[in-house]
Amino acid sequence: MAARVIVIGAGPAGVRAAEALVEAGVRPLVIDEGRRDGGQIYRRQPEGFRRTYAALYGTEAARAQRLHHRFDALRPHIDYRPETLVWNIREGVVHLANAQGASHAPFDALIVCTGATDRLMPVPGWQYAGTYSLGGAQVALKSQGCAVGERTVMLGTGPLLYLLAAQYVKAGVTPAAVLDTSPTRARLRALPQLLVKPAVLLKGAALLRTLRAAGVPIHRGVTPVRIDGDEELGVRGVHVRLADGTALDVPANAVAMGFHLRPETQIADLAGCAFAFDDAAGQWLPEIDEDGRSSVPGVYLAGDGARVRGADAAECAGRLAALAALRDAGVEPKHDDAARLRAELARFSRFAAGLRAAFPWPAHHARQLPDTTVVCRCEGITAGELRRVCTQDGAVEANRAKAFSRVGMGRCQGRFCAHAGAEVMAAALAVPLADVGRLRGQAPVKPLAVALDPAPYADVTVATQDNAASATPRSMELS
Amino acid sequence: MSPSRDPSQARFVRVAETGRATVSLRVDARPVQAYEGDTVMVAILTTQGGLRDAEFGPERRAGFCVMGACQDCWVWTRTGQRLRACTTPVRAGMDIVTRLVRGDDDTAPMRATTGGEEALWPLA
Repeated sequence: MAARVIVIGAGPAGVRAAEALVEAGVRPLVIDEGRRDGGQIYRRQPEGFRRTYAALYGTEAARAQRLHHRFDALRPHIDYRPETLVWNIREGVVHLANAQGASHAPFDALIVCTGATDRLMPVPGWQYAGTYSLGGAQVALKSQGCAVGERTVMLGTGPLLYLLAAQYVKAGVTPAAVLDTSPTRARLRALPQLLVKPAVLLKGAALLRTLRAAGVPIHRGVTPVRIDGDEELGVRGVHVRLADGTALDVPANAVAMGFHLRPETQIADLAGCAFAFDDAAGQWLPEIDEDGRSSVPGVYLAGDGARVRGADAAECAGRLAALAALRDAGVEPKHDDAARLRAELARFSRFAAGLRAAFPWPAHHARQLPDTTVVCRCEGITAGELRRVCTQDGAVEANRAKAFSRVGMGRCQGRFCAHAGAEVMAAALAVPLADVGRLRGQAPVKPLAVALDPAPYADVTVATQDNAASATPRSMELS
Repeated sequence: MSPSRDPSQARFVRVAETGRATVSLRVDARPVQAYEGDTVMVAILTTQGGLRDAEFGPERRAGFCVMGACQDCWVWTRTGQRLRACTTPVRAGMDIVTRLVRGDDDTAPMRATTGGEEALWPLA
């Protein structure tokens, strides 16, 4: 197989993709932003930290350990570039940057495993210091052994809301409250779909027992009203309306908030992949076939960066995408378990649909946000300004509204405002959400150092493997 | 000596991994102790409540996503280098600035070279 294969991301999907490639005698270039492999879910603590797998990953300890050990064993057989950002993709070439400088790498096949970040819904006051994403509050604990506050309110919806709260209980920093926007009845309706993965349901029940035993107040069906705070000192508390209409104030010095996850699709977008609006997810997603092939030949998408189905599904999808890449290049994989992986992924898709139904995205909150609410945290732009450019300036589409209002133009490039912003726009324009469109991906996908020296702009040559039967892939050359 | 922490002001709470060697740095001209292996974010937020001043609003900021996606935790070194605090490991001798310099503010840790009322990035 004379193919230069690049894997972006070293989380569950990326590691399993690399594994399948190495099995076939291919030496992939594995590029990852993290200092260590594992992605966010199985993020490895820094060297020298001493917590056990059980302490770090709970019920997922064995899975995390397997994945880390697998990656350690793969290291001699891959070209691994940690702490390296893929900031652009053009015409079959990946553009990289890291502390050493910039370079680029041409590819024949690209497997994009970019993972997900929290899907956010603005709440008045969420710009105050001490407000974090649920994922961020979890990274602080897993990667640094820190809680984001002494009294943290967990606000939003989704499985991570309960998982994080239970992890904080176990770490000795009992949350002030768990405030879930999804109503209990949604969970009951979703039960048939969730029963496809009974073991995961049982883990969820165990989390609830942990929270109840610790006396953590849990409220469902809440409407977030505001985060109270101080410009200098940050978060002071959270004010919500409960399901029965009564008001609740919870004093707190930190808020962790999130409403399920959204895939990181900028790389797929820059690679030219077609997107379609997914009604069930309420999001624009890159089109993929059941093996992860995108609309662009040679570009494959796997894991939560393509479809949010969780870490176990990402392991299946990563391997499946790599097997597809191999077959498309004319290599018959030695261990072709694609049929089993497809069946397994179908079950994960059903379960993910159940989770979406059980923990629905509260679109109506975005539509009802007060005009003064900051939608864009990067530049402090309000819902009222976004509505104004829609109704007065004629912005009828997300990119036009971005140009007029700058919502989505700040440093996060719309990662944390685009979903709610689209809901605000759709309501203001009285059109279906899909009609608002989606923000186009822009390079660089994250800020680059202006002083980045382009002079030693050396090509990174990805190893080619001419003989798929060979067990010792040729090493990478730097030209 | 254990890392500095003023309980009335610190934002993050250390709950594990506290037996590491310490490193010394400065934050807004104040000496701070942190642990080896800390990110710059943790080194700062275990001793004070904020990382930076918002450029487009009146409030302090202390990061948001903690995974390099939101870019809400950039801080400056005194020599003008920008650091993403959540992904940068702390190093001994770092000299971090978390305040915007305002030309009318004599108490700011640094004076902007151009003065004036407008908020400026630290320049010197």
